[in-house]
Amino acid sequence: MELTAGVSLKPQHFDEAERTRADGLWFEVHAENYMVAGGPRLAWLERIRSCHPVSLHGVALSLAGDGPPDAAHLQRLASLVRRIEPALVSEHLAWSRREGVYFPDLLPFPRTTAALHRMAANIELTQQALGRRIAIENPSHYLALDGHEWSEVDFLHELAVRTGCGLLLDVNNVFVSAHNLGGDALAYLDAFPVAHLMEVHLAGHSPDAHTPLLIDSHDAPVSSEVWRLYRHLLARTGPVPTLIERDDRVPAFGELLAERELAGQVDALP
Amino acid sequence: MTHPAFQQGFVQALRGAPGHPAMAVYRNTVVKGCIDALEANFPAVVRLGGRDWFRSVAALYVAADPPRDARLFTYGGGFPAFLGRFEPAAELPYLEGVARLDHLWVESHTAADTVALRPNALAGLTPEALGDCRLVPHPAARWLWHPSLPIATLWSRSRDADDAAGLGHIAWSGEGLLLTRPAQAVQWCSLTAGCGALLTACAEGQTLAGAAAAALMAEPGCDLAAALSLLLTQGAFAAA
Repeated sequence: MELTAGVSLKPQHFDEAERTRADGLWFEVHAENYMVAGGPRLAWLERIRSCHPVSLHGVALSLAGDGPPDAAHLQRLASLVRRIEPALVSEHLAWSRREGVYFPDLLPFPRTTAALHRMAANIELTQQALGRRIAIENPSHYLALDGHEWSEVDFLHELAVRTGCGLLLDVNNVFVSAHNLGGDALAYLDAFPVAHLMEVHLAGHSPDAHTPLLIDSHDAPVSSEVWRLYRHLLARTGPVPTLIERDDRVPAFGELLAERELAGQVDALP
Repeated sequence: MTHPAFQQGFVQALRGAPGHPAMAVYRNTVVKGCIDALEANFPAVVRLGGRDWFRSVAALYVAADPPRDARLFTYGGGFPAFLGRFEPAAELPYLEGVARLDHLWVESHTAADTVALRPNALAGLTPEALGDCRLVPHPAARWLWHPSLPIATLWSRSRDADDAAGLGHIAWSGEGLLLTRPAQAVQWCSLTAGCGALLTACAEGQTLAGAAAAALMAEPGCDLAAALSLLLTQGAFAAA
C-alpha cells in the first residue's frame, strides 16, 4: 500500500484506530513505549499492525552521542522491528544519553566533521542491527551554538550519502528553529536533499511562557504557516508519507483524522 | 571544543542554575519528561498525595535519581524507597508500600506472555507428589505483603477513579496484594501473609512442601489449601 498521511497513535485511540479504514492510512508510535517483554500494550500494537502499516519512531538512541548507542536499547529496538515489521523506522539528529543517564529530550550539538563521523558510525551500526534503512529527523532548535562546521541540511545530506540512511523532514521543526534562531524556513526547505526524503512530520507548536521562543510542543493543531511550508515542499517533492504528530493534549481520534485529511488538500490552502 | 567536552558542558548546564533562557527550555523539557513519566507510573500515589504535591516531590526525586533507561515506563524503581525516607511525608507511612504496588503493576503489565497453569492442573496428584511439585510463578505475577499497613485497600481504592468510598472505613492492619495477568489485563486480589510466603518460596525454587512450611512460618493459622487454590485460580503460576 502507498502511504499517504498517518497519525500518531496513542493508547486511548487503539480501538478506533483498529476499526478505521482509510486509503493510505498509517500510524506512528514511539518505539520506546513498546519495548516490553509482552502484555497488552504489545498485543494492541500487533493488532493495529495486522490492519494498518506502522512506523516506529525512536526518540532515545542518542545517535549524536559521543559513543555508540546503548547496546541493550538497540537490541530491544531490533527485536521490536522484527516483531512489528514496520513500514518506516526513524530516529533523530540529536543526543539524549551521557554517562549512563537518559535525558528525555533531543539535545543539540555543534555539527563538526568529528560529530559527523561519530554519527555516521552510529547510524551504520543501527542499520546493521536492524537490517534495514532508517530515516533521520531534523530536531527543533532553541539555542544558537558556536562551532558548527556544517549547516544542518548539508550535515543531513552527508549522513545520507555516507550511510545510505533516509531523511525525515519535520516541517514544524524547520519553522520553529527558523523562528528561534533567526533562519529562513523556505530556504531550508529549498536546500533540503529531497532525493533522500522518506517521511514528513507536521505538528503544532506553542509560544514559551517566559521567552520569545516557540516550543515544539506537539500539543496543538498544525499551524497555517507550517501548512503553507508543507505545500511549498510538496510542489518540489510530490506526495510523501506525512505524519500528523500529536503527543500532548491529544484530541479525539476523529479530530486527528480530520487534520490528516488536510494533508491531502494542501492545494486548497489560502 | 571536542564533541565529548561539549556534551559534558551541556549536561552541567542542564543541571545548573538558569543561564541562557534557551537552556531553561531544554532543562524544563527534560525535567517535565521525567516527572510526567513518574506521574504516569505512580497513579495511586498521585491520587493519595494530590497532583501538585506529587509533582513537587517527583522533581526532588528526578534530581536525586534521574532515569538511566529510556523506557520511561520502568522509571522510578527507587521512588518508593525515596518516599519512605522523605521526611515531609512521614505522616503518610503507607505511601512507600502504595508506590511499590504501582511499580509492581507496571512490571506485571509489561512482563512476558506465557500460559498460566490451569486451576485444576494439580488435581489427582497424591499428597507426596503434590509436595514434591516445584511451581514457577507466572512472569506477570507480582505480590507484596505489608505487616502493619492496609496498603492493598489504599492502593486498590486509589487505582479505581470511580471509588467514592475514599479512605474511610479502612481496617488499619497489615495487608497484601497479588497482581496477575492470566489473560491480557492485569487483575488483583488481596493476599494473606501465608499465601505471599508460599508464592515467594515457590519463586525461590522450593518444592510445594517447602513452600507450605514457609507459609505456616509466616502465618501459623494459614489455610494452605485455600492459599494454593487462590494462587491457581488467579493464574499466579506458569504452565510447565
